[in-house]
Amino acid sequence: MDLATDLNAAFSALADPTRRAIVARLAQGEATVMELAEPFEMSQPAISQHLKVLERAGLVVHRVDGTKRPRRLAKAGIDAMDKWLAMLRKALEANYERLDTLLANMESRKKGEQ
Amino acid sequence: MSKMTLTTEGDTDVVVTRHFAAKPEALYRAHTEPALIQQWMLGPEGWTMPVCISEAKPGGKIRYEWTNGKKGFYLTGEYLEVNPYSRIVHVERMHLPDPTPDNHVETRFDPNGAGTLMTIRMTLPDAQTRAAMLATGMERGMEASYVRLEGILE
Repeated sequence: MDLATDLNAAFSALADPTRRAIVARLAQGEATVMELAEPFEMSQPAISQHLKVLERAGLVVHRVDGTKRPRRLAKAGIDAMDKWLAMLRKALEANYERLDTLLANMESRKKGEQ
Repeated sequence: MSKMTLTTEGDTDVVVTRHFAAKPEALYRAHTEPALIQQWMLGPEGWTMPVCISEAKPGGKIRYEWTNGKKGFYLTGEYLEVNPYSRIVHVERMHLPDPTPDNHVETRFDPNGAGTLMTIRMTLPDAQTRAAMLATGMERGMEASYVRLEGILE
């Protein structure tokens, strides 16, 4: 998968409020499906479905611990989103810095006319 | 000067705020007059806006075309409400080249100290569209209407 496909899957996965809440919980540390299901009024299979979407999107990984499959955030996936957002943010801020300059020029021209 | 803020609200909205030293009238003109828009609404280095149509009246057309010399894309839209110099409501869509779902945008310019607080509220049709917008990678940061990771995780 290329970067754009990865990012598309990641942002789509996070369009769902339950999955955002799961990611927020995992940001505090590893958790089992049972622990993740607890705060939600949802069955464990329903939570497992959400986790599958997050894993496919590259945002969550699991390890095997006996019969448990504890989940944690996938650093690479989160970092990729973070970098992408930082880049877009920079492009928008560049626009507004240009706008600051333009507005200052408009102001000084107006003063010059007076 | 306070820096820009970007947050998501509910399932469909993205809100951007930024303070400017200039008065609301100047901000309004810079957002509605083609000769001014073409000087700043450009995104990353190397991009220009050779075509800019902006008819700032209800029902007026919007068309912005960007190019970096090799590739280009464009945006079309319509003005819905225009209140000089405080508020603009319009819809817009990117053509990449297929049109993206309509983005409903309210832009406010409120006096703030000696300057202006600009607040842009973008409303997308649904959560999926907002997510897709964040991921599509518009060259022009505005339409991408990204949020910081904290915003998404909230």
